This record gives sequence, structure tokens and C-alpha cells, in this order.
Amino acid sequence: MELSFIIEKFLLVFIIFIISLGVAAYATYFERKVAAWFQDRIGPDRAGPFGLLQPIADGVKMFMKEDFIPKHADKWLFILGPGITMFVALIPSVVIPWGPPLELFGKTIALQVTDFDYGILFIFGVISVGVYGIMIGGWASNNKYSLFGAVRASSQMISYELAMGISAITIIMMTGSLSLNDIIAKQHGMNWNIFYQPVCFLVFFTCALAETNRAPFDLPECESELIGGYHTEYSSMKLGLYMFSEYVAMFISSALIAILFFGGFNFPGMDYFSGNTLAILGILVFFTKIFFFIFLFFWIRWTLPRFRFDQLMHLGWKALIPISIINMLITGFAIALYQGWF
Amino acid sequence: MLTLTNRKKVVSDKPMTFMEKIYLPAIVGGMVITFKHLMRRGNTVKYPEQLRPFAPVYRGMHVLKRDEQGRENCTACGLCAVACPAEAITMIAAERKKSEMHLYREEKYAAVYEINMLRCIFCGLCEEACPKEAIFLTDRIVPTEFARGEFIYGKDQLVEPLDNRIDITKRQNSGRRTK
Repeated sequence: MELSFIIEKFLLVFIIFIISLGVAAYATYFERKVAAWFQDRIGPDRAGPFGLLQPIADGVKMFMKEDFIPKHADKWLFILGPGITMFVALIPSVVIPWGPPLELFGKTIALQVTDFDYGILFIFGVISVGVYGIMIGGWASNNKYSLFGAVRASSQMISYELAMGISAITIIMMTGSLSLNDIIAKQHGMNWNIFYQPVCFLVFFTCALAETNRAPFDLPECESELIGGYHTEYSSMKLGLYMFSEYVAMFISSALIAILFFGGFNFPGMDYFSGNTLAILGILVFFTKIFFFIFLFFWIRWTLPRFRFDQLMHLGWKALIPISIINMLITGFAIALYQGWF
Repeated sequence: MLTLTNRKKVVSDKPMTFMEKIYLPAIVGGMVITFKHLMRRGNTVKYPEQLRPFAPVYRGMHVLKRDEQGRENCTACGLCAVACPAEAITMIAAERKKSEMHLYREEKYAAVYEINMLRCIFCGLCEEACPKEAIFLTDRIVPTEFARGEFIYGKDQLVEPLDNRIDITKRQNSGRRTK
């Protein structure tokens, strides 16, 4: 392996890491701003111009707080929980293609840390591990509210992963490949999957809300019933990691939705550009799509009330899974018909 | 039955129709409502930079007035302390010395005069009780503090400075004694 290759990948990882964290930090700020606007308020505007330094102030506050571990908590698992959650939230970004290849110093640099043939499978596998972070944290706290939150989180994530996986399979069937690059290449220009699979998109988006524990599916941490849910006992930057990983997960799932249904970095009229211009435009388009979905997440959160737990289970098992299975079967028949199997 | 408004809705628990079951129309409706609010600006007053207009008779922080020659009006009679329903006012009286003629108007004066701003309910009864037109409530706001003790205001904070007289004419009172 060449040194330049290692440096290139290392830089890419570093940049993606910084961007994910930066986007997540400013997502907290914009969430508060958007929430304020929805409620006819102004939102944070004291720290720096327009309150732009608010995430930094929040971070400093989080670090300065007392780092408390309850006496009867399982100390090592208690520390491990937020770490796992944050790690799992960050790791899917390695397979996400952030833009068309960039040409720099006479080399073609793929804006993707690693191109697995099974990229989407990798993402789903990693996201499923995310439930362990919450489960371990909730269990190790030795607190009934934490345990309730953890149990709710795990049952919710398991239920919604099925429908999410089946809708992803529908897209994979249409593409014929598990690689995210192939999925994006298939949606060249304006040929986006959303126009073929609107129902699939709705199911996937609903499941993405549930997977990231966002309202209206924020039952694992509902303040009004469970105090803080699985992070009741957490304080200081451990709590910060839990909260932060929620925003990172939101960023990554927005990117995934943009790739699977909205063509990733594809945009209409992209054939007129080439080389670095295309790459930069592609990155901008991709991030615009991501930010739109992050805004949609906020918008839904500040509009809808929380589901009751039985309603959540009804929706997951009795509505979303049958819909996604029927949708998958119809897609299968349509593909078979199209390829002349009958 | 007579209805007061036409917005009354009869609550029923009939099973949901298909359109209601798929939630989407209601969700989109709700999101349209929140989006309309996104476009609207609120009524927020950014307080320290921007003040709401005060009523002319606003009852805020107290002032102990001086007369035209700069002498303190207060004679430490204690009527304000008696009138105070929150028992926020305490004072210790002292006798005026010959050399202090220019400082205090009456023969007796308040050596210590304290108002506990945490107890005060800003009712203005001290102002009504005062026979010497010494204490008035003004349109100033008691600032926030970090310690409770800071809220017990002594004479240093209450008596108006000689070079910076407090205007109380808005309360339809000159603070000038008629006698």
C-alpha cells in the first residue's frame, strides 16, 4: 500500500469525522432555532452573532458538569454505553459516497472512505448494533426508568428495523446491487427512486424516524413519562455523547435517505458538467438534500405529538411491515414482468 | 342546548376511517400549520436591549428622596415599616447632631434603612404611609443577583444620589414637601 493512499484515506476520514460532528453540533443549534420559529419565538441568540456560538457554549457546559456514576451502577458498562452509541452513529459514514470523484494533484480521489460491495448491508448491520449502546446504558444505570427506556428502545428498534430492511431490499431489487455507488449510479440525473417507490420511501422514512429515536417515536427518552429514559442517570459529557449521537445518527440517516431515494449527489442537468466542477456541485447538492431531510426531521418533531407505545407497535407490526412486504412483492412482479419472465 | 361559540365539536369514539388510519392527511395538515408559524414573527421583546413601555405609575424599585437642599426627607418614624404587609422594611433611628444639619431635614433620621427586595411585593403602601414624602416607588427594575443577601438594599442603594436625582413626577408627585 502506498503512503499517499494512506494519507489520502486518513485525510478523508478526518474531514468526514469533522464534518459529521460539525453538522451534528450545528444541528442542535438549528433544532432549537427551528423549534423556536415554529412556536413564534426567537431561539438562542445570545452566544455570539445570532447565537452561532451556542453549540460551543453547550459543549463547554457539558464538559464542566459533574461526571457522576451512580453507586449501584455497573461502572464499566455505564461508561461503555455512550461510547458504543457514538461509535455506531459515526461508523456508517465510511461507506457513504459524499460526491463524484475529485481530481487533485493528478490523482482521482473517490469521496468515499471505502467502497464495499455490500455497503448498504454494512450500514444496516452497524445501525442494528446501535441498540446495544442504549440497552447497555439503560441496564447498567440500575434505575427502573432507564431500564424502561432501554427496553422500549430495543423493542422499537427491532420492530422498525424489519420494515426498514424490507423497504431497503425493494430498492436493492430495483438496482440489483448492494453497493451504494451502484444505487447512486442507477439514479443518474433525475431518475430518482422516489418516483418509482413513493410508498417505500414513506415506510423507510417513518422507520428512520423510529430508528433515530426522534419524535413522534421518541418513546425511549420521553421526558413526561420516563424522566429521561435510558439516559436518566447520565450526566456531563456521557449524556452529551448520547444526545450528540442522536444528531449524528440523524445526519447519517438523512444521507442514507438521500442516497436511496433522492439520487445521492445526482441532480438534473449533471451531464453538462464534468471533473471537479461536477464533484463540487455534486457535494453541494448532496448536502442540500441532507439538510433538507434534517429540517424535515425537525419539522416533524415539532409538529407531531408522541405515539403511545401500543400504537407504535401497531404501526410497526400491523401497518408498516405488511405494506413494505406487499410493496416488495409488487416490485418483484414488476421487475419479473419487465425482464420478460412470464 | 345553546352554544356559546360555533367551534363546539361532539367527541365520539367511532372507529377510525381508512383515511384517518393512515395518519398522513392529519400529519400533512399539522405540518402545514407549523410551517405557517415558521413564517410568522413572534412578539418577543429582547429585554435588556429593548424595554416594554412602562405605565407611568409603575411600581418598581424604591427611592429615598432628598429635599431641594439635598437633605434626606426620612425621619425614621417607622410608619412605612408598620404599613408594609410583607414586613420588608427595617430601620434604626438616630438623633441628628449639630454638624449634620445639612444632611438630614428632621431632628431624627434613619441611621440604617433596609428594604428586603425579595420580601417586597411592590404594593406601594410605604409610599402612601409616609408623612414626610420620603419614600417613593420608581419605574426602575430591581436587578437580578446571585446571592440572597444582595437583595437587602441599604441606604447606599436607596437614597437618591445628590448629583443624580430620581424623577418621580410620573407618579403625579413632586416629592417636594408642602409645608
